[in-house]
Amino acid sequence: MSAPVVDVGVRRRAVRAQPRVPRPFAAAWKRLLSPLVIVVLWQIASSTGLLPERLLASPVKIVTTATDLIQTGVLPEAIVVSLQRAAIGFTLGALAGIGLALIAGLSRVGENTVDPLLQMLRALPLFGLIPLFILWFGIGETPKVALVALGVVFPLYLNTFAGIRGVDGKLGELAQVLRLRRSAMIAHIVLPGALPQTLVGLRQSLGVAWLALIVAEQINADAGLGYMINDAREFLRTDVIVVGLIVYAIFGLLTDSLVRLLERRALSWRQSFLSS
Amino acid sequence: MATELPVIVTSDLETATSGSETATPRDSSRAAIPEPTVRVNGLTRTFGERRVLDGVDLEIRRGEFVALLGRSGSGKSTLLRVLAGLDPGAKGEVEVEGTVAVAFQEPRLVPWKRILANVALGLQAPDPRAAALAALEEVGLGELHGAWPLTLSGGEAQRASLARALVREPDLLLLDEPFSALDALTRITIHRLVLDLWGRHGPGILLVTHDVDEAMLLADRVLVLDRGVIAHESRVDLPRPRHRDHRDLIALRSTLLTRLGVTLEGTT
Repeated sequence: MSAPVVDVGVRRRAVRAQPRVPRPFAAAWKRLLSPLVIVVLWQIASSTGLLPERLLASPVKIVTTATDLIQTGVLPEAIVVSLQRAAIGFTLGALAGIGLALIAGLSRVGENTVDPLLQMLRALPLFGLIPLFILWFGIGETPKVALVALGVVFPLYLNTFAGIRGVDGKLGELAQVLRLRRSAMIAHIVLPGALPQTLVGLRQSLGVAWLALIVAEQINADAGLGYMINDAREFLRTDVIVVGLIVYAIFGLLTDSLVRLLERRALSWRQSFLSS
Repeated sequence: MATELPVIVTSDLETATSGSETATPRDSSRAAIPEPTVRVNGLTRTFGERRVLDGVDLEIRRGEFVALLGRSGSGKSTLLRVLAGLDPGAKGEVEVEGTVAVAFQEPRLVPWKRILANVALGLQAPDPRAAALAALEEVGLGELHGAWPLTLSGGEAQRASLARALVREPDLLLLDEPFSALDALTRITIHRLVLDLWGRHGPGILLVTHDVDEAMLLADRVLVLDRGVIAHESRVDLPRPRHRDHRDLIALRSTLLTRLGVTLEGTT
């Protein structure tokens, strides 16, 4: 008589845990090593005269120039002017981009009115517009701000519009079943649903904003980082040029990490899913 | 018809409904017949060439638990969507009295709202948050009120969806296969929960499902939707909780399965 159910028991096996001790500092040092080597080689090349200063100033020279520019107030002044252009241009462009995306995203009439226009304008090369902008706005602050604004409009418009249209239709049905008013549906379902894509657009548009600023500041500027760089070129001051470029880079990185911080805050509902 | 069966009254309606205008003569013997919450007459819905619903007649009384069975593609979800007001393309008479709430197959929790805010969404009550919290306590999710939907298990999400539907105190609760994606164990507990909530709040329920056992264990009346009409109806007057091995249910199961086009070969 054989038992229909056979208890085979549980075979135990010792699983040895292999602890991987994370060493963040060691990892960081490993990644820092190659840039450091390059800087040292650069300094050696400059000191031995292999790399003449009119082509590229030495790292040490760049650092002393930077402290100099800060102490004399030249750099802070230039930064304030450039930041102002970037901020005004970005704000105007962001308002326009998001505003137009809402108009196009929330109604068919809006889409038919706004979308073809923006798709046409989008095809124009941004920097090719500079001559027209100079003719229209002169050579003051306006063409610079306008160029930044225009560069910001498209990534934000396209992403926000796509975000609104990409909201799950099933949630739209849910809103209908819950008898949400249209305004409540937009506030609770549509806009939060479009937010992830809008933030992607925000990052893209910030990248474009800095680029547009740098290009715009090359045209007839009498103040700002671009002016400082252009002025330095006249006197073969490669050290000042590099300082200006580094400042641009730092601002680019700062705004990007700002958006990432915003993303972590605003999209914590998604974060908790990814980390669990 | 079929009055000799005491607990389960089964009738094939394919021929019966075509002549009678109101298909409720057998209920006239009952003492008090509650007013119908849902009255559907000659409901038709076509998608292109396909006639998914072809003259459906349906009545659901106040507080009645009705299960609607059908093969996949039989139009049972279409019928539910019409009752939910989500399908403007259907033709025919549809009367739904009072408020309607829906629990969908996927819980459809809004992912960027915490559970409490999901339940309270669009709720017209003096204190929506308190009402929502009470509803969550009722489905056993009180402690998870602050959780994000994406961190919930399938069963928890479906409980939250039920809480969101019930907190609106609906006269009619539409359940669109809400348990089909749950594992067997979770399904058993959530069946109990649904019966419990139904007993306490007493809404009329239309449960759309393809699970014969689920329909028999829960509903007062089991309908089979086939070729666009309600082709079969079984009244189940057994006390709850019901056991799936009950003699009458075993008989009913094979009847329903046959109506659904499943033949149980090799089983006795």
